Amino acid sequence: MEMSGAAAPEAAQELSVRIRKSFPSERGSSFALDIDFTAAAGFTILFGASGAGKTTLLDCIAGLQTPEEGRIAVGQIVLSDSGSGINLLPNRRSVGYLLQTLALFPHMTVAQNVQYGLDGLPEDEREDRSGEILALFRISAHAGRRPDEISGGERQRAALARTLVTRPRVLLLDEPLTALDAVTKSQILDDLRAWNNQHRIPILYVTHQREEVFALGENVIALDAGRIVARGSPHEVLQRPQSETVAQLAGFENIFECAFVANHPEHGTMTCRVAGSTFELEVPLSRIDRSRPLRIGIRAGDILLASSAPQGLSARNIFPGTITSLQQRDVMVVAKVNCGAEFEVHLTPAARETLHLESGGSVWLVVKTYSCQVLQDIR
Amino acid sequence: MILQALTLTLRLAVTVSFILLIVGVPLAYWLAYSRRRWKFFVEALVSLPIVLPPTVLGFYVLVAIGPLSPVGRWYQAIAGHPLAFTFEGLVVGSVLYSLPFAVQPMATSFASIDHKLLDASALLGASRWRTFRRIVLPLGLPGVLTGFVLSFAHTLGEFGVVLMIGGNIPGATRTISILIFDQVEALDYAAANRTALLLLALCFAILAALYGLRKRAAWNVWGWK
Repeated sequence: MEMSGAAAPEAAQELSVRIRKSFPSERGSSFALDIDFTAAAGFTILFGASGAGKTTLLDCIAGLQTPEEGRIAVGQIVLSDSGSGINLLPNRRSVGYLLQTLALFPHMTVAQNVQYGLDGLPEDEREDRSGEILALFRISAHAGRRPDEISGGERQRAALARTLVTRPRVLLLDEPLTALDAVTKSQILDDLRAWNNQHRIPILYVTHQREEVFALGENVIALDAGRIVARGSPHEVLQRPQSETVAQLAGFENIFECAFVANHPEHGTMTCRVAGSTFELEVPLSRIDRSRPLRIGIRAGDILLASSAPQGLSARNIFPGTITSLQQRDVMVVAKVNCGAEFEVHLTPAARETLHLESGGSVWLVVKTYSCQVLQDIR
Repeated sequence: MILQALTLTLRLAVTVSFILLIVGVPLAYWLAYSRRRWKFFVEALVSLPIVLPPTVLGFYVLVAIGPLSPVGRWYQAIAGHPLAFTFEGLVVGSVLYSLPFAVQPMATSFASIDHKLLDASALLGASRWRTFRRIVLPLGLPGVLTGFVLSFAHTLGEFGVVLMIGGNIPGATRTISILIFDQVEALDYAAANRTALLLLALCFAILAALYGLRKRAAWNVWGWK
């Protein structure tokens, strides 16, 4: 079996994962992880809310948890296969896994931490490889320090160096950078990209932050309740989400349960009625299953407000309404507007000034047809 | 007479605490990490000497190692003399009696180690044995030292088990605590006072050293808070 010592940079090995595992969710009910995908060399983002099964998936790939059924392989090397009963121990998998807590060994220096996985190599090679990776991740200056003597970003770098120095076949990152500021985060990601340009291994990157998805984005897999609900480029998955879970994650503040009313092929639109009201929205003509419930997602930042009835607009959804609340959050004003259905609208403080908006006041609400995203969960 | 009893007591305590170091560390490791269903059974068994009267434990050990038991007969066949009422017999009884004092601090400190560190070690290719040597043992060292010293101190002061198994044979089974009992029975209160004071001072010195060491260990051995 090929061990971590023998690196094969040019042979990019694809990670293939097929897993079934039931596990308890955070809400106490149990549901099954049921996932099938392959990941080529480079970044694949696993995107989903907490409790979607992301960490369980990584644990299964690393061998910390055992799936009930399935097969996990990197290239030709089978890590686990319920069919043939193969299930390698975590220490035999050569899977690099950066745990969310980093788990640096507190009683060892950064250099000792980094060399921990190089056991069995000659002393001078260990020194060479750890020196090289410490330099690449810019922590050579802290080699002699303990984890509690360095900053959060440096710990992050040390943990990444410790994982990568073993030259794993695949790298798993569990929300590794959530606690860091944007600058530190992007520097670390640049260094990681530089490393992977040489080594070309599949990197699974778990996150629930949509900014990270766009920053890293090559491939995104969206997970919900243990299943893959969408997959593609960040743009495909997040800008035009098909599923409600992804929509919520992608920042659709307004999601309405709707019923289909009528198609208007000549306009390229269709009319939907918000459930429990007479309020109707005109949305883009979409291929949907009319017998199943349907949801319309609208970003709060995509809605216009006007102080008087607007004219000469292309937008097809224009409604009079009443402001039920106005709140300032940082540099953003959050308005709740009731016009038969309640909308959340985001605007700038300047807009509030200009329009003299106040709670209880009357206002016109404008939504472009193409700002209405039709959502229907794939089953 | 005091010197003879003191030497014997120290010999017993050293022997017992070293045996418990060797037996206790793996047992504590197992107790800290095993997921067996019947683990509670072993835990209860190990803790039994804390609540059991020493006479009860001593009585059963005496029966178990006596000339009528298989163990006793086996030992006599090998050593040429019975196990009961000898120094070796005392060692057996004391090991059992001091077991929880060694195992509990060790198991507690092993169990308090962040399990993610053990996962991280395995993910970096380390075997269980290597993880034990490089992660569990160094991080659990304060607990191991505590267990070692406590079992030593506990053996120093034991009385009931010694009396049941060893009786009162000068140079073989007459430990300091037995000597004090002897002296009081003989109404020699002055001698009893001297002996008792010696044991008191010794036990206090050991515990003071332990707590002093633990404080320093928190800086040097543990090194991370």
